[in-house]
Amino acid sequence: MTEYVNESSRTTMDKIRAVMKEFGLPRLIITAFLLLMCIIAPFTGANFWTQITNVVNRFSWNAVLVLAMVPMVHSGCGLNFGLPVGIIAGLLGATLSIEWGFTGPMSFFMAIVIATPFALIFGLAYGWLLNKIKGGEMMIATYVGFSMVSFFCMMWLILPYKKPDMAWGFEGTGLRTTFPIDKYYGGVLSNFLKIQIGKLVIPTGALLFFALLAVLMWAFLHTKTGTAMTAVGSNPTFATAAGINVDKIRMLSVVMSTWLAAVGILVYEQGFGFVQLYNAPFNMALPAVSAILIGGATANKASITNVIIGTILFQGMVTMTPTVMNGLINLDISEVLRVVVSNGMILYALTRKSEVTR
Amino acid sequence: MSSQTPLLELKNIKKDFFGNQVLEDINLTLDEGEVLGLVGENGAGKSTLMKILFGMNVIRETGGYGGDVVLNGQVVHFNSPFDALEAGIGMVHQEFSLIPGFTATENILLNREPQKKSVLAEVFGDRLNTLDRKDMDARSEDAIERMGVHIEGSMSISDMPVGHKQFTEIARELSKEQLKLLILDEPTAVLTEQEALALLESIRGMSKRGISVIFITHRLQEILDVCNKVAIMRDGVLVQEVPASQTSIPELTRWMVGRSVANAAVDRREPPATEPIMSIRKLWVDMPGETVRNVNLDVRRGEILGIGGLAGQGKLGIPNGVMGLYQAGGKVTFEGQDIPLNAPRKCLDASLAFVSEDRRGVGLLLDESLEWNVSFPAMQIHGEFLKPLLGGLVKWRDDKAIRETTDRYIDELKIKCTSSKQKAKELSGGNQQKICLAKAFALKPKFLFVSEPTRGIDVGAKALVLEALKKFNRDNGITIVMISSELEELRQICDRIAIVSGGRIAGILPASQPSEEFGALMVSSVV
Repeated sequence: MTEYVNESSRTTMDKIRAVMKEFGLPRLIITAFLLLMCIIAPFTGANFWTQITNVVNRFSWNAVLVLAMVPMVHSGCGLNFGLPVGIIAGLLGATLSIEWGFTGPMSFFMAIVIATPFALIFGLAYGWLLNKIKGGEMMIATYVGFSMVSFFCMMWLILPYKKPDMAWGFEGTGLRTTFPIDKYYGGVLSNFLKIQIGKLVIPTGALLFFALLAVLMWAFLHTKTGTAMTAVGSNPTFATAAGINVDKIRMLSVVMSTWLAAVGILVYEQGFGFVQLYNAPFNMALPAVSAILIGGATANKASITNVIIGTILFQGMVTMTPTVMNGLINLDISEVLRVVVSNGMILYALTRKSEVTR
Repeated sequence: MSSQTPLLELKNIKKDFFGNQVLEDINLTLDEGEVLGLVGENGAGKSTLMKILFGMNVIRETGGYGGDVVLNGQVVHFNSPFDALEAGIGMVHQEFSLIPGFTATENILLNREPQKKSVLAEVFGDRLNTLDRKDMDARSEDAIERMGVHIEGSMSISDMPVGHKQFTEIARELSKEQLKLLILDEPTAVLTEQEALALLESIRGMSKRGISVIFITHRLQEILDVCNKVAIMRDGVLVQEVPASQTSIPELTRWMVGRSVANAAVDRREPPATEPIMSIRKLWVDMPGETVRNVNLDVRRGEILGIGGLAGQGKLGIPNGVMGLYQAGGKVTFEGQDIPLNAPRKCLDASLAFVSEDRRGVGLLLDESLEWNVSFPAMQIHGEFLKPLLGGLVKWRDDKAIRETTDRYIDELKIKCTSSKQKAKELSGGNQQKICLAKAFALKPKFLFVSEPTRGIDVGAKALVLEALKKFNRDNGITIVMISSELEELRQICDRIAIVSGGRIAGILPASQPSEEFGALMVSSVV
């Protein structure tokens, strides 16, 4: 009798273990943590609906940046630690659009238009470099990102921007580190078709914009070229033997990723309400990388679902923790937690990279 | 030479890799000072046997072996090559294991250097003793002397010609005082004729000093020249053991390639005497380990041409070179059109297809579904399985058509899988091979290269794969060139068989010729 019990309990344990393995331990912990936060939140005096609003908002700002990871993961270039390359293209679009006098929704549209050629050029150069160093993409990408940010720290000062809204007040030249964009495209997406029910606010426009890009990405992956991109990432030798120009496909993926990063930062700014220059792009790559990893992606497999789940989990954690923790112990550890989780997640994912069949 | 107890006795040695029997009941004895020649086709089990003897880790990791290794009358069980070295067994591998920047002397005595006591060693232990350079020179000189070939002890390995590197390896084994048995795995493969002669001379010298030698080579003449007796292995069985003086090369080759059982009924047809569909002229291919030097070959329309030969002679280089996967030069014409080399896409556009011998590396998308594996090349090259959307602007993947085609092949080739959505890596080797074939068939080629289609798959799957190829050829008139190390398999389905030796075509014979003739061609100009 007891034997039977043991037998069945073991299989249940095995099943649980299998599910856990499938889902991934870190993701499990983070989900559990997030649920815990949701439950505790009301007791600390925080309004539940405000919390949800915050999470949805942060999701709408960041999702496009996370989506930018997808093409390069598919083509086998790994996680795009060089996200700042695209972000800088986006910042060039933003600042030039403002400098040239566009306002309102038009300034957002023009920012994307102006950012596109920059994203293309940067993406091609970046892609060319990554094709030279196959196998070490992620490491090189990190440093490309670093040098790009540093180079543009100089450029923001030197480039002849004159618009008083952006330039340093005393000199009238050189861009400020942060400036508001309410007059320009602040909230253009978030306020479009905004839904407000009591304390719950849904930034419909921004969500729709992300949905549009996500659907486009999904569609692309179902085309001939998209299929080739996935195959290149899965086994480049196989792709070569099937007559695919591997370098060209990788290049395309890098350009796509860079352009999405440019658009992504513009979406982020319209929600956040400020443009941040100089060292700010440094801090954008790691959260995006870890978000997609939390979503269940690996260094060479990623889906749109991974992007959505990952962004919700990661941003949820970042926004809920401070309010709840402050309410509980009057101590803000959210930043520490964010750093620990984002870097820990990346580390975890990279150690698991070897498990991919080759 | 003592006659009471033999130096080495192998009793009923058995070994299987995951149920795949590679050695069966090997019994072998070796007396002191005896030189044993070990010959056999690739995959006959020679290397596995030597790995068991040398205590290599791979044997233990795959479940050990059956039977006994008896050394000097005592059953031994080596857990690592160190144990084997300790017991007096030395081995020279095909690949060099030398430190390029060190001199020959330093390499010969590495980690066994004679030492001088130093003051520091009193405090920190023996690792800080200094090397006794004078004694080292003397000892390496002695080892080189014993080999009977002169090499410069003070020369750095990186400056040496390959032959001397090989001699350095041998000298290293000879410098071990306890050495009783030396295993030489194809030592002459990299040597020039002159050096090979010198090596044979030194083997005779070792034998006189009472060191036994097991000598593995594909050059049968060397076996006859230097060995006391010859052991012939085939398919994991020791088929013959004869004194070298009582045999000849034709006899050896017959034992090597011949099958004991009579061939199953083969419906052999006359080789079609059609015009050539593909002509290869002066082809060279730089494929590591399978260099093609100068191949001239005509493939006739509608035939199945087999390409055979020993490993490393370049038979695999031919399809890989023509299909543009390795750097190649020369001239290839297909249906009167020149095929540019080093451009995989151009070959595929000309309706050539290739099933690679490297299933997992080149042949499959292991992490993707069977559907993708089967349809991908056809989709990318011929634009099949695509639906034009928005007036042809977008080429949308037609998952339904892909599934139907995949299911058809799964059915036709009897591929064992849970569904067409299963990942390729989850299939067994034989079924993976069938997927590779389905992939090539889906391309609807006019000409198909198939490289080692039955490597590493079980007997049942093997028959199915061969049958599928034959059917593809007969039903659709597709010209097939099949490359295989297994001669019998080639003789089963091919019309003609070309044998590659030394990177060149040694000869082309109708498949109905007896095995010995092919065997003779295989070893005709081995490099």
